[in-house]
Amino acid sequence: MKSTLIKISCLVLMMALASSCKKKPLPVSGSTLPGKVKLEFFNNVGASSLNLNNQWYINENGDSFTVSKFNYYISNVVLTGPNGASYTETESYHLVQQNDESTRSFDMIDIPAASYDTISFMIGVDRLRNTSGAQTGALDPLNGMFWDWNTGYIMLKLEGHSPKAPGGNIAFHCGGFDGRNTAVRNIKIALPQAITVTQNNTPHVHLTADVLAMFKSPNKIDFSTFYLLTSTGDQVKVLADNYANLFTITYAGL
Amino acid sequence: MRKLLILVLTVGLIGIMSLPGCKPDPSVELKVPDTSRNISFSIPAGWPQPNYTFSGNPLTQSGFELGRKLFYDTRLSRDNTISCASCHQQFAAFAHLDHPVSHGINNLLGRRNTPVIFNAAWLTSFFWDGGVNNIENQPINPIQNPVEMDMTIPEVITKLSADNTYKSMFNSAFGSDTINSQRIFKALAQFMASMVSDNSRYDKYIRGESGGTLTQQELHGLSLFREKCTACHTEPLFTDNSFRNNGLALDPTLNDSGRIHITNDPADRYKFKVPSLRNIALSEPYMHDGRFTTLDGVLEHYRSGIYQWPNVDTLVKNGISMSDQDKDDIISFLKTLSDETFTHDARFSEPK
Ligand code: HEC
Ligand code: HEC
Repeated sequence: MKSTLIKISCLVLMMALASSCKKKPLPVSGSTLPGKVKLEFFNNVGASSLNLNNQWYINENGDSFTVSKFNYYISNVVLTGPNGASYTETESYHLVQQNDESTRSFDMIDIPAASYDTISFMIGVDRLRNTSGAQTGALDPLNGMFWDWNTGYIMLKLEGHSPKAPGGNIAFHCGGFDGRNTAVRNIKIALPQAITVTQNNTPHVHLTADVLAMFKSPNKIDFSTFYLLTSTGDQVKVLADNYANLFTITYAGL
Repeated sequence: MRKLLILVLTVGLIGIMSLPGCKPDPSVELKVPDTSRNISFSIPAGWPQPNYTFSGNPLTQSGFELGRKLFYDTRLSRDNTISCASCHQQFAAFAHLDHPVSHGINNLLGRRNTPVIFNAAWLTSFFWDGGVNNIENQPINPIQNPVEMDMTIPEVITKLSADNTYKSMFNSAFGSDTINSQRIFKALAQFMASMVSDNSRYDKYIRGESGGTLTQQELHGLSLFREKCTACHTEPLFTDNSFRNNGLALDPTLNDSGRIHITNDPADRYKFKVPSLRNIALSEPYMHDGRFTTLDGVLEHYRSGIYQWPNVDTLVKNGISMSDQDKDDIISFLKTLSDETFTHDARFSEPK
């Protein structure tokens, strides 16, 4: 009895599986098939690209510094268009790491064919994924962007050196997802020109991060007093309000 | 039987739904857990809904057994000497008997007393300062902690992957033999969140079962307890999951600031999580730093030892008045909270 029922249910299952694999009916015209957009991240310092470890830079306050690590999460990417088109990436969690080129671009797939002129995303990881237990992929804690003593993601991490900092090191681990001191920032930027997605057109969007923006405005950072951040708190807001201005879109098109 | 059918169907359909258009997508694995091995988690009568519901981590016999093996495996530590169970001992309700602060690899000392593990599905946070918000994320800390197991997650994965027994256990628990951090943590969560302690003499008394007789002294202790302690150590779990300053003076060597470390809110200085008092007679020493070795010492603290922190809880600020007799009666009641069925439950013991 038991085994027959199991057999029946397996059969139903297999039928369901088979039917869900049937080819979807072909749309009338190829141009309405969904397509892709490639997001590419460029980490700069001012006008030049970020060179880890062996180049000196100067922040707004006049303090010289180097960068040995620069990582951040980009999540919940949404594209919207002038004619009401809208696309929300599923499982939209990406860790961009300056020391790993393969993380600095990714394709978003299954985007309805349409024109888009605005991109929005989070710098950081939403509250839900900070609280819903073990994650994998970009959110795997082994990526070194997770606090195990105050569980949740480090949304953005910058480490390096500065002679201005007592001890010579700077380390900013921006984490926390709750309340006024959340390290998450919601970003919405108009593309310099609208992009048109079709099955055959994969537009590229270039997001350029200027490391100097981290230390510039609205809060000018002085490394002699603010050089270490490894927990949640008021100082997170100081930096996060700055990195809300991290990105500009330097290119959108084919 | 109908239930099984529905279960098989839903599991299967969810599997199909997670396959967008049936394209092979390496990031999505079709998991066909062995549903005949599903086990149930039941909520004791009269208890609130648990906080952890196994949603997204369906409880199976295979997942539970994998979690159990991991919990008892010393290979999770750098020199293969320390398992979770080295500090969390079943006979002490998974606390560390006689150890005020934790002892890890190379006998290194931690800063805090190893807490009990049971009824963890009802906890809203973990650690004395509540720094961990989900039981699935809890094991990362002891594994990585240099004074506990001193490993990295990739190293653990490498070690486990070299063992074919583990491969086949991951396969039956999760539908493929991939070993990753998520699966390790989910399996450990299945094992730990399944630990329910609800069979003390007190529980039998509440349920009106045989073996549930309390003596006059214990009953008097219970009524004193309900008068003086329940506001924080709330039945049936004997904790309200809040953080409080219960008037412990600072240990200057440990200098543990408590909850403020997590929230950065000055009002949380020296606040710690209210611990459950179930199995309390089995799990000495007491408090976050294990400063008291006896229940008498704890009650004497509440009676006469309250340190006047600015944010000491008003419920204990003026001391909790009780006669010597009252104290003894409360202690005799606390001893009825020992659940030997749980501490001897073969399901939770070291796998053979
Ligand atoms: C060296 C001793 C030690 C080892 C090994 C150890 N723990 Fe712990 N465990 C502790 C201490 C100490 C705490 C409390 C930490 C704190 O509050 O900061 C704790 C807390 C916990 C808690 C939270 C309990 C609560 O009520 O807040 C759980 C669950 C737990 N450990 C599970 C595990 C697991 C799973 C492992 C193995 C991967 C493990 N522990 C290994 C000492 C240890
Ligand atoms: C204001 C809330 C509050 C009240 C009232 C209270 N407690 Fe506690 N209790 C706590 C907190 C908080 C802790 C943990 C403190 C720490 O470790 O820093 C604790 C710890 C304990 C412990 C140690 C548990 C362990 O696992 O180490 C025992 C035993 C205890 N309380 C018994 C009692 C008894 C008995 C009463 C009534 C006479 C009582 N408490 C009243 C908040 C309270």
